Formats: sequence, structure tokens, C-alpha cells
Amino acid sequence: MPTLDGAVDAASDEFKANEAALLEQIAQVEKLQAEALAGGGEKYVARHRKRDKLLVRERLELLLDRDSAFLELSMLSAANTEFHTGASSVHGIGVVSGVECVISGHDPTVRGGSSNPYTLGKSLRAQDLAKENRLPLVNLVESGGADLPNQANVFVVGGKWFRNMTQLSKLRIPTVALVFGSSTAGGAYVPGMADYAVMVKERAKVFLGGPPLVKMATGEESTDEELGGAEMHSRVSGLSDYLARDELDAIRIGRQIMAHLNWRKLGYGPTEPADTPQFDPNEMLGLVPSDPKKPMDMRPIIARIADGSRFDEYKREYGTSLITGWASIHGYPVGIIANQQGVLFSEEAHKATEFIMLCNSYDQPIIFLHNVTGYMVGKQYEQRGIIKDGAKMINAVSNSTVPHIGVICGSSYGAGNYGMSGQSYNPRFLFMWPSARVSVMGGEQLAGVMSIINRAAAERRGEPFDEEHDAMVRQMIENQINQEEQAIYMTARNRDDGIIDPRDTRTVLGIALSAVHSNVVEGTTEWGIFRM
Amino acid sequence: MTMTRLAKILIANRGEIAVRIARTCRELGIGTVAVYSDADAEAPHVGACDEAVHLPGVAPGDTYLRQDLILDAAARTGADAIHPGYGFLSENAEFAAAVADADLTFIGPPPSAIASMGSKIEAKRIMKDAGVPILEGVEVGGLSDGELADAAAQVGYPILVKASAGGGGKGMRIVESADDLLDAVAAARREAAGAFGDDTVFLERYLERARHVEIQVVGDTHGNVVDLFERECSIQRRHQKIIEEAPSPAVDTDLREAMGKAAVDAAKAVGYEGAGTVEFMLAGREFFFLEMNTRLQVEHPVTELITGLDLVRIQILIAEGRELPRDVCDPTMRGHAVEARLYAEDPANDFLPVTGTLHHFRFPTHVRLDTGVTDGSEISVHYDPMLAKVIAFAPTREEAALALAQGLEEAEIYGPTTNRELLVRVLRSPEFLAGDTDTGFLDRMDVVALSAPLGEDPAIHAFAATLADQARRRSRAAVQGTIPSGWRNAASQFQVQNWATSAGELTIGYRFSRDGLIAELDGRPVEAVLHRALDDSVDLTVDGVRRRFSVFSMGDQVWVSSPLGHSSMTRLSRFPEPVIEEAPGSLLSPMPGKVVSINADVGSEVAAGKTIVVIEAMKMEHAVRSPVDGIVASIPVAVDQQVDADQVLAVVEATEGDGSE
Repeated sequence: MPTLDGAVDAASDEFKANEAALLEQIAQVEKLQAEALAGGGEKYVARHRKRDKLLVRERLELLLDRDSAFLELSMLSAANTEFHTGASSVHGIGVVSGVECVISGHDPTVRGGSSNPYTLGKSLRAQDLAKENRLPLVNLVESGGADLPNQANVFVVGGKWFRNMTQLSKLRIPTVALVFGSSTAGGAYVPGMADYAVMVKERAKVFLGGPPLVKMATGEESTDEELGGAEMHSRVSGLSDYLARDELDAIRIGRQIMAHLNWRKLGYGPTEPADTPQFDPNEMLGLVPSDPKKPMDMRPIIARIADGSRFDEYKREYGTSLITGWASIHGYPVGIIANQQGVLFSEEAHKATEFIMLCNSYDQPIIFLHNVTGYMVGKQYEQRGIIKDGAKMINAVSNSTVPHIGVICGSSYGAGNYGMSGQSYNPRFLFMWPSARVSVMGGEQLAGVMSIINRAAAERRGEPFDEEHDAMVRQMIENQINQEEQAIYMTARNRDDGIIDPRDTRTVLGIALSAVHSNVVEGTTEWGIFRM
Repeated sequence: MTMTRLAKILIANRGEIAVRIARTCRELGIGTVAVYSDADAEAPHVGACDEAVHLPGVAPGDTYLRQDLILDAAARTGADAIHPGYGFLSENAEFAAAVADADLTFIGPPPSAIASMGSKIEAKRIMKDAGVPILEGVEVGGLSDGELADAAAQVGYPILVKASAGGGGKGMRIVESADDLLDAVAAARREAAGAFGDDTVFLERYLERARHVEIQVVGDTHGNVVDLFERECSIQRRHQKIIEEAPSPAVDTDLREAMGKAAVDAAKAVGYEGAGTVEFMLAGREFFFLEMNTRLQVEHPVTELITGLDLVRIQILIAEGRELPRDVCDPTMRGHAVEARLYAEDPANDFLPVTGTLHHFRFPTHVRLDTGVTDGSEISVHYDPMLAKVIAFAPTREEAALALAQGLEEAEIYGPTTNRELLVRVLRSPEFLAGDTDTGFLDRMDVVALSAPLGEDPAIHAFAATLADQARRRSRAAVQGTIPSGWRNAASQFQVQNWATSAGELTIGYRFSRDGLIAELDGRPVEAVLHRALDDSVDLTVDGVRRRFSVFSMGDQVWVSSPLGHSSMTRLSRFPEPVIEEAPGSLLSPMPGKVVSINADVGSEVAAGKTIVVIEAMKMEHAVRSPVDGIVASIPVAVDQQVDADQVLAVVEATEGDGSE
């Protein structure tokens, strides 16, 4: 297979400026990651430790196979909102006793591990990942339940979580609850709806209503232990399947459960050599233009992602603002669709449609590398049927059944976001680089469009146009959009699976591809009507 | 005597000597047959030979000493000669005769020579007649206590009490004064009787500061007998040689000539044919005949290395009836060779033999290794605990000694305790290097100090072992095998491994970042660069020094070797066994029920598995048994009593010291 020439001039001023700008953005992300890692802060961490309890990430690390990877997802959920960065929970893809699974845990040092709307978004996403990719789901439970002042935003939607649990079970995707502490009221259904429940002696507390609520409801006097202790649930109610002597024992039992699942992945990969690319991944930093108006050359980027930098490019000379072709990543065959010039014309839409159909014919997962500003507008393009062509591409993307994994490298604007399998198109995984920008269009464009419309309206009404006011409004809109389109803003709102360091792209895609291969990887030949 | 060409030799021995003989046979194009006991079914000497015959049983008396079985094995395989090696049947005149009677060639001296030299007293008489200097001895059979004391006074103290038959230090006693004489003689007799079936002992003068110097001789069937210089074997423990060398630092050309002549005379006196060794005590320039070993000697390799000759080849040539080759008749000394015998034994504990599995056994290539064990060999109580002979050759004595010490120090010996440390320290000691050796050498040394562990760095070794474990886990990962080790998109902590080492429990923390390895050894950050890690070797720079570490793992036991030394350590689980909360030995009722019988008394001794109490529940009887050997401390229930689930029925205290496994 041909090899991409990914050589770059790492000494050029442009490269260095790009690198500096991206490192600055990475630093902002890392600062927020540190907030998530710090949990509820020193005071609450100290209190938790004083109770002789492990932190959620310590539980997680012990659960994982030694030296295996952990891809933490949605780590910056709720960043820069009223809630704590990380949304008082941790979830990601890890390997337990040789089984890839989704691990989801509450961070009890952050408001008792209670669920706010962002937490719920993460939890539901964790279940999606488990269901779509057929990954066992392990819950590390210790939570005060719903964040009560926010119950209005949690309660109704939260019901879906319970429903998902039973559906996972029906799909024969195992769910495990390791209960380290409080898991009451709605939280009681976490072990209640899991296939396997492990409770830590003298620590787990699982009941619908605690002593005060019971007293209120029926006048009965009761204790925590009688209502929901681990011993009671293990010996009397049978809600607990394993009585763990302590936290380590619970984690050990969790590993044992995974070891005995007789688990087999259903995907066919990896099937190709997984040799490393021929170019230094650290040079990714200089490949992302610091000015979003400048095009991003995707070939050197692919050369730093693909095994051995090999890339079989499809229709290289046709529809050149989109790159399509085949490669493998960590041995998994993939089709890659990458925006080379931002805008999509009819040719690019045709090319993408055909390529998506081919990948479906041969069961190849598709990697989308976004840097798209939208479908081309203008008389010539409308008249040549850009809408029909965009619709073809969206039809193909929507009905494709091979796994889609997206990386938003730069812009992802307008219907281009849809055509590139944006979040509404259920990609199995969607990551953003810190340089990503996601919105209906760029701030400057959006503000300009608004200004033209306002000017036309003023003219129609015969009113004078207030230029000064217009300039102010334009600036406000531009500022707002510029903020809202940022990767951190979007990821905080659970609009992706997390921001990744561009240098880690190959590793992250490798883990994601391995995860999607837990399920059957199978394309389709069934599509909606392609408008010709 | 006619000349025959041997086509197939049965090696009536085991271990390193059988392997060593097979090697020369192969080089000469001669087929080989091994014999092996039950315990040796997988032993290297079996694989070293072309064919093998099983000798059922384990004890030497049932196997390697069974003349009939060995002759049968030779017949079965069509062997035309038998090489007895050393020990076992090598100095058994009756066997040598039986071999000849079976029309087979015995690779060794004629039965008459074996018989003459087999009795020390008889041997001395012959030597005295031949003009070879001897120490006068007195046989003490049939003497009264008074006569014994008189005889002893005549010999002069200190006196050595020796068994007439056998050797190897068994039945030997040094008596400093008349007070200890009677006890020593009695003890020597008992030992001699036990070891050789002959309680004849004799007394001789004990030479202080004497060296053990022996001469290698070879004689052919044409009347040629030559000496191949001396070996010194003064470094002994419990009268057994552990370090041997050639030439002796105490022997000059004149003395060598005199001793060589005496040895040749001795051999000729008994009509010696084949390879043999005439042992002398050397005190100053005075030497006295000790005994003659009518076989290949354990320490023959040092002679081979200094002369460039192959003594097994020479034995075979002689057995074939050939004349000694010219290079044998006119031998030259090319340098100095030192041999160390590596034993599975604990020098600090009175050199007691140690048994167990030898998991891994590697030596550097600059030394000669004669061994009959390999990775996985069981070191049992049945045979000699010698693991190997390690021999170094160099232009000078000091170079050879230091090369040997280096080879022993570098060797990877993972399994039973050995005398390696002692050997290394002796070889490097100023006394040894000065050539100041005599048979009392080790008695003057602090054996416990000599056998203390050689240096090691448990923390760095635990670090290397951790990285090797890491590499093994990554290479065997069922999924995501090509993803970087321990990869995290946002690392919150180290990967942690705890070890039980000679320096106590150590914690190794590590993780791989974009910039490489980050690590803490017991909380101390170290600068580390990992160049390469495999499951059995690690190439690692720690604090600016790059070293190669070899790592070997057997279950949770891990051994690490490097220029820093050797470490043995135990991998500790991330999930230590939870603490058992019930009082140890409490037997709990498995379910609610009724006590139907009590089958033990309080205070009685019970074996593990013994039923203590029987419970009836739901029409089924459940026996509650003791999990350990121990003593019943209490039975707080009575027959017909109703009991709850988990109620204590009895307490059994494990017998002291019996809980170990």
C-alpha cells in the first residue's frame, strides 16, 4: 500500500507559531483536567481518606488490568458551569480481566457523588457506549443520588437510565455494580438493576428510604443496616450477590466476575500489522493552523495516525477538498474521510457517498476528520443541486451501519457537521482537538449575516440604519459564537466524548476501534432514496 | 593385549560426570548408553546419551549400584564397554571383574589394581615396599582401649582416625589429645560401618598445615605410565574438596618431578592401567602417600585445562589397547586452572545439603561448566548435592582465580541455597590469592561471614522486575496489545507494584508519559530511561547508569541479576487476602440445626479433616471438621442443642509450628 509523505518543516516559523498556539490550548484543557482529577478538593478528599475509603480513581485503577490503558471520556463535562468540572463522575473505556468495558463511577468527594444534569448526561452516554459497542458496564457506586436542588432537570430524564440497564441485560451485555457506600432511593436501583451486585460490608447502604423517611411514612423504627446494609442484602434480601469484606475485596470480586464472563468480542479485528507511523506524532502540534481561516493539510495528519503511514487514497483527483481512502489503525482496517479545504461541493458529496457505501460493503469502520465549513452556497451550486448532493451524503452517513468515529480537528460548521457524522448521527465515539470549533457557522459570518438581514429590514421599513448599534451587535454576536463554538464549551455540555491531545489521536482511535470491535462490525446495503 | 575399537559405551553413572563422558564419546564417534533411576528420568545425562535404560527405584542400592541391572542394560543395548565414572561402582573390583566376564571392556584399571588400592592399609603396605613415602598408621581392629592408647602415643598427636574402606571424609576424625581418642574411634567406626559396611579404622599422624596435593597418572596396557602433573585440593569443607587447582602454588619443578616419580612408581607397583590419581599430603617439601583413586577424579578438568588433554579420551584409548599418544607422554603445562564445586548446601548452617527445585541455572561463557542439572532440575536427598563444577583457565593463578570468582558471581542460580558466596569470597581472599592454602584453610575462616549474601540493590532490582512484569503483561494482553503501556489521557497516579525483598517491603510506582518513564522507588523519585523491557530482561538507566538486568519469574517468586548482584523477591498482590475476623480455629455451624453428636473431647489432639461435631438440619447430617492439625480448645455446645447458623461449635488451636507449609 502506498505510504503518505508526511514530512513537515518543523523549524519553520509557521510550524512553531502553530505549535505554540495549540500548546496554549492544550494547557487550558490540562488545567481543567486537573480540576476534575482533584475531585471535591483537599478538604473532602482528606475526609474521604480519613474514613479509610479509596478515591474513585484509585478504585478504578485497581479494577483495571495492570498496565492496560484507560481512556477517560467526557472528563471536562460541566467545566466552567455552576457544577464541578467532571460532573462528579468518571467514565471511560478500560480493560478488566482482559475484558474491555465501560467503567463508570461516582466521585463521592464532589457533593457526595450526587448527580446533576451533566452527570446524568455522562451516565446515559456511558450506557450508550456499552450498548452500541457491546461493552460490559461496571459501576463504581457511592452516591447521594440526585442533586436535589436540580431534581427538576434530572428526575424525568433519569428514568432512561433504569430502562437502559434492563435493555443492556436483555442484549446480554453484563452490568456490574460494586457498591462502596451509599446508594439510596433512585440510586438503590443501580445494584437493583445490575446483573451482578457486590456490596462492601459495613459500607454499602442500599435502600429506597432511610430511617427518617420510613418513620415518616409508616412510623416504623429502623436502622441503616436493617434497611440496606451489605450483610442484610447478602444474607436476607439477596440483592447483593457477593459480600465483600472491604473495598479491595469488592474490586477483586469485580475483576473475578469479569474474568468468568466467558467474554468473546464479536468484531473481526485487528487484522493488519500495527506498526507505528513513520512520522513523529509530536509534530501534530505544528500541523494545526493557529488561524482557523487557513486550510489544514490532512495528509500529514493521516500520516501520523495510520499504521506505517500507509494510505490507499480513493478518488484523489476528484472532489479534492475532501480526502477519502483506506488505512489501518492499530491493526484495524478503516476508511478515512477528512476535509481538506473546508467547503463541500457536489463532487465531494458524491465522493463521500460512494466511499461510505464502499466501507459498508466491506465492513470497514469510518474515521471522520472534521475541518468543514459547510456545503457550498451560491447560484451556480444551488442550480447544480448542492442540496440534493448534500442530502445524498447525509443519507449515506445516516444509514451507514459500520461504526463511525469522529475527530473534530478544526471547524465543524453547518450541515457539514451532519455530513461528517456529527453528534446527532450517533458516531460510536466523537472526540475534539482543543482547536475544534462547532456551530452552525463561524461567529464572524453569523454576525455578518445578521447584520445584512437587519440592514435589509431597516431599508424595507424605510428607517435609517444605526451603524454604531449594528457594529456593537455584530461584535456581541461574534463574541458569543466565538465562545460557544469552542471545544471546551461544547465538551462541557456533553457534546462529544472528550477533548484529546492531538498527539494522542492514534492511541485514542486505537482504543476506540478495539472497543467497537467488541460488537459485530457489519455494514449495510440498505439506504434511503438517493435524490439523483 | 589386542586392540579393539569401542563402538558403544554404557555410562554407569549419573549427573555431570555422565554428561561429561558422553561429550567425549560423541566427539570420538562412539555411541552412548545412559542408565537412570526413577528420580533421574528427566535428568540431562539421559538426554546427553543416545540410548538409555531405566533402573527402577531411587536409592543407589536399587539402581546405580546394581551390577546385574547395569550388565543387563549393556547387553540389551549392545554396548561393548562400561565407563563407571566416579563414585558408585567405579572402584569396585568385583564389578570390574564381572564386566570382563561378560566380555565387555571396563574403562578403568584391572580389578587387581582396584582391589590393592581399595584397602588403605593394604595400599600403604604396597607403597612402602615400592619406596613411596607413607605416614605410618596403626590399624585399631581388635585392640583393647589400653593398647589403642599405646598405639596412638606411638603415632603421635594430633592423630587422624580414618576408615579403611571408602573415602570422602566419612569416618574421619582428628584427635588432638588422648582424652578424645576412644570416643573418636568409636564414632569413626560407626560411620565407616554405616557408609561402607566395614568398620575397620586406623590411626595415622595428622600433619598440620598440610596441603592436599595429588598427581594425575595414566598408564596404558603396554607398560607406559606417565604423570600429568599435580593438582592441589587443599580447600576442603568437612574433608571434602571444594576448590581445586593445577598446578599447586606450593610445588616447584624439583618437587613436581619427585612427586611425579613417586606417583608413577606407585601406579607401577600395582600394575596400573588407565587414569588414576595418587594423593599425597604435602607439608613443606615433605610428602606422604595418602591413597590412590583408581578412577577418573572429580577435579580432573583442571588437569585437562592446563595440559590441553582430554582425560576421558585417554581412558578410552587405553581401554581400546592403544599406546599413550605422544602428547600424553610428553605433557606441557600451559597455564593455571582453578575449579570450584558448586553445591546446593548452606555453608552458614554447617554445610547442610539443601533440596528443592533449581528453577534457572546460567553461567557466563568464559568459564567451563561441567554440570548434570538444568533449569527445572529437582535437587533431591537421594544423590550428591553438587550442582556443577565451574572451572576457569588463565595464564596465571591469580587471573584464573579471579575469572572463576567472576563467573560464579555472575551466574544466575535461582533455587536452592548454594555455596556460591563462600566460593567467591574464598577465591578473592588475600590468603587464597597468596597461595596460602592448606586443608585447615576453611577452619580458620569465618564461614558464616564468607557465605553472607553478595551485594545487591533490592530497590533497583524490584524496579527492573516490575518493568519486566509490565512487559510480559503487555505482550500477553488479550486486547489492546499495541496500545502504549498503562496509557492514560489524564494520568492521576502511578502504576504500583509492591515487593517483599531482602530489604523489606518495597513499593515501585511508575508510569509512561509522552516523555518516557516516570518512576518512584519507595517514594523516592528516580531519573530513569527504559531502553528495552522484555519479560526476562530489562535494559534500564537509573540515575545516569545504564545496566542490563535479567529477570526470572516462577509464580510470585522473582529473581533478578545484574552488575549490582542477585536478588530474590516476592511479588505482592494488589489484593491482599482480607483479614479473617473469626477467632482462628473457630468452627461455625453451616446452618441452623441440632447437634446430633460430638466426636472429640476438649483437650484432645485432632488431625485435619477429623469430624468434631455433627449437625442435623432438614433431615440431613452435616459433619463439621477440623481444618487443621491441632488441639480442641473448646466445644461450647452439647448434644441435642439447637444452634444458629454461624454459631461457634468448637475451637481448634492449630498445633504450634505445624501451620507452616
